[in-house]
Amino acid sequence: MAVALILVLVVLGSILFHILSPWWWTPIASNWGYIDDTLIITFWITGAVFSAVILFMAYCVFRFRHKEGAKAAYQPESKRLEWWLTVVTAVGVAAMLAPGLYVWSQFVTVPDDATEVEVVGQQWQWNFRLPGEDGKLGKSDNRLVTFENPLGIDPEDPAGQDDIVIEAADLHLPIDKPVKMLLRSIDVLHDFYVPEFRAKMDMVPGMVTYFWFTPTKTGTFEALCAELCGSGHAYMRGIVMVDSEEDYQAWLEGQSTFAELTDARQVGAAEGAGP
Amino acid sequence: MVDATPRMERDIPPAEVPELELYHPKSWWTTYVFSQDAKVIAIQYSGTAVAIGLVALVLSWLMRLQLGFPGTFSFITPEAYYQFITMHGMIMVIYLLTALFLGGFGNYLIPLMVGARDMVFPYVNMLSFWIYLLAVLVLAASFFAPGGPTGAGWTLYPPQAILGGTPGGQSWGIILMLVSLILFIIGFTMGGLNYAVTVIQGRTRGMTLMRMPLTVWGIFTATVMALLAFPALFVACVMMLFDRVLGTSFFMPALVEMGEQLSYGGGSPILFQHLFWFFGHPEVYIVALPAFGIVSDLISTHARKNIFGYRMMVWAIVIIGALSFIVWAHHMYVSGMHPWFGFFFATTTLIIAVPTAIKVYNWVLTLWRGDIHLTVPMLFALAFIVTFVNGGLTGLFLGNVVVDVPLSDTMFVVAHFHMVMGVAPIMVIFGAIYHWYPKITGRMLEDWMGKFHFWVTFVGAYAIFFPMHYVGLVGVPRRYPEMGEAAFMTAPVDNLNAFISVAALVVGFAQMVFLFNLVWSLRFGKEAGPNPWRATSLEWQTPTTPPPHGNWGDERPVVYRWAYDYSVPGAPEDFIPQNDPWPDKPATRAA
Repeated sequence: MAVALILVLVVLGSILFHILSPWWWTPIASNWGYIDDTLIITFWITGAVFSAVILFMAYCVFRFRHKEGAKAAYQPESKRLEWWLTVVTAVGVAAMLAPGLYVWSQFVTVPDDATEVEVVGQQWQWNFRLPGEDGKLGKSDNRLVTFENPLGIDPEDPAGQDDIVIEAADLHLPIDKPVKMLLRSIDVLHDFYVPEFRAKMDMVPGMVTYFWFTPTKTGTFEALCAELCGSGHAYMRGIVMVDSEEDYQAWLEGQSTFAELTDARQVGAAEGAGP
Repeated sequence: MVDATPRMERDIPPAEVPELELYHPKSWWTTYVFSQDAKVIAIQYSGTAVAIGLVALVLSWLMRLQLGFPGTFSFITPEAYYQFITMHGMIMVIYLLTALFLGGFGNYLIPLMVGARDMVFPYVNMLSFWIYLLAVLVLAASFFAPGGPTGAGWTLYPPQAILGGTPGGQSWGIILMLVSLILFIIGFTMGGLNYAVTVIQGRTRGMTLMRMPLTVWGIFTATVMALLAFPALFVACVMMLFDRVLGTSFFMPALVEMGEQLSYGGGSPILFQHLFWFFGHPEVYIVALPAFGIVSDLISTHARKNIFGYRMMVWAIVIIGALSFIVWAHHMYVSGMHPWFGFFFATTTLIIAVPTAIKVYNWVLTLWRGDIHLTVPMLFALAFIVTFVNGGLTGLFLGNVVVDVPLSDTMFVVAHFHMVMGVAPIMVIFGAIYHWYPKITGRMLEDWMGKFHFWVTFVGAYAIFFPMHYVGLVGVPRRYPEMGEAAFMTAPVDNLNAFISVAALVVGFAQMVFLFNLVWSLRFGKEAGPNPWRATSLEWQTPTTPPPHGNWGDERPVVYRWAYDYSVPGAPEDFIPQNDPWPDKPATRAA
């Protein structure tokens, strides 16, 4: 009796916690509402299955617990019942998988008009690079990373000269424009994770990974590292600000290109080397 | 109705070869220390696994103290925290769960349940344990090594695992971890070959494959999987050891550490992840399948009813085992591998849900119209179903590639895998210990202590891991010693974390009651007799309890039926042992 009751309470408690507790995902600020929808479908289906199985079990424990003189039924199997359950399960699984794969196909198809934005992770800070007026990011290589060239941009590549370099500062993005985040690391694995955008992806040294999204709300969002990257992992935070088009242009004006930074550093180095 | 219990004489071939004489121990040392008896080796494996598991339990308390009360314990630095989580994870998954299920239960139960006198290669079996012990000692040594144990996370992802920004990366920690894993795999392979060959070759007359208890099916399938999966981890460990010690670049691309160009170049960090998870995903089922098998037998015995759909249960175990080799990259949806892999791995992963669900249905259908005795083993079996269903269903979130994207690397993942491969299998381990302790020692475990242990552990563990999913849903990443302030959280998780930590400490201390019970009952427990649960499988039919070396006295048993003849209509009792020829005459025994 007590056992059956506690099993029922486990189900009720779980449902009540789910509905009443204040802990829920943060409001979305990107185009990936479909991901939230798929998650909700999954919650409904799995919640129903969990409740059904555990309540059935509780009923069995209540109804068929040992009584003096009772004897269990003898029934090795029932093909019909087993096939029936298999089919129902397969349908339930398909009902979660189909929307999941549909949304995934959107997730992996980057729209043609997406602007490229590069994120470069290192222990333990975020750097960013935007294509300059030519709309193209210059080549890069970890072998070229130096103190003066922290992102390893190829100085021989003319496309890289006008790239805008943002070292350990905030990234700004214009609202409602799709962006393709190109992800790079110069040391270990990192993962660029902004909870409001829903999307995330590891950054792997030696390759360029990506994901895309469209910011749909202006505001300040926190970027976290979501792949263990050493003892500073939890403190690797950055800021992404989503601006209106005007604010974005105003911010862009104030940024420096790779060429400007290189010149400034050379001048600075020359002055420092004076008598 | 299908006749699932063949009783034909033709299933029992006559003995064609005389039995070989076993090697018999001659001294105290060869009886209890360098023993070749699978049952002694099982106790040695289990004792070692539980001892190192207690270290991992204490580490989990330290982690929970930090997460529940960040900043209170100044000795828990981020470095120390990462060392705790790494050692906790690796010990629990490999050195406790794998070793206990296969080395412990496998060694004890396989020979007894299939009617063998011992494992087929007793000497190799003994070596297996001693190499396992060496692996545990090497692992434990890293706590005392300069720089301490590795803090790379239990997944040991390079490049950080062997670089200076990670604790133990440039000192002894990672080297000892890799060496220990290599030793473990060597030791396991020796044991694993034994378990597999004994099941294939060592069964007694009449013990056809489709008459074996599901416990044996689970352990056997898990062993075959482990023999196929561990080599991937083995080569990954050797290659990373070379990267770390010899300067090769299997997993190391060109990179810059703290402003300094390193001499590595051309390797692939993702290659390591593929090797790791090609082992790592089957590993989940290497732990789960023995639990599936054992819990089937616990439910059947204590509900006095045959397991429902035995043949489907066997096939589900085999199919899950096979499928688990083509789902590994669902751990890598956001690793940067080609995103199109997501379609394939999400599909295979969700397909695995079907045979798994069938197993769950058949467990609860076994309860239907049963005669349910709510003994401690049965209570733990019920708790297994609750936690396994819960943890299995959250797997449908993480396996469905696009739903995984927001949840991966958050506390949701931590909650999921603890529920499904931590709590659920450990419920089975406890149930199994309460169930077989009488056979191992001849005495029952004390019932009220068992019930206390059960309620605190089950309710407590659920209270730890169910709310933890929501910490992840809020967006808290895993492997953060503290979250700090973050504007995106809909509600602060501090109180919830403190609650979880208190629950974890309570559950942890309840395990001391269990350990006390193990020792106390050895001396003061009720006499059990040979078959206290009135069970059908062969281990309960030994002529002596506890069974001595050789198990069966003069003659090995002959098997006439499957292991699930409970409450058979017309039978004199509500169980018929596998070696009972009822309703035929026992004359066949002389054949």
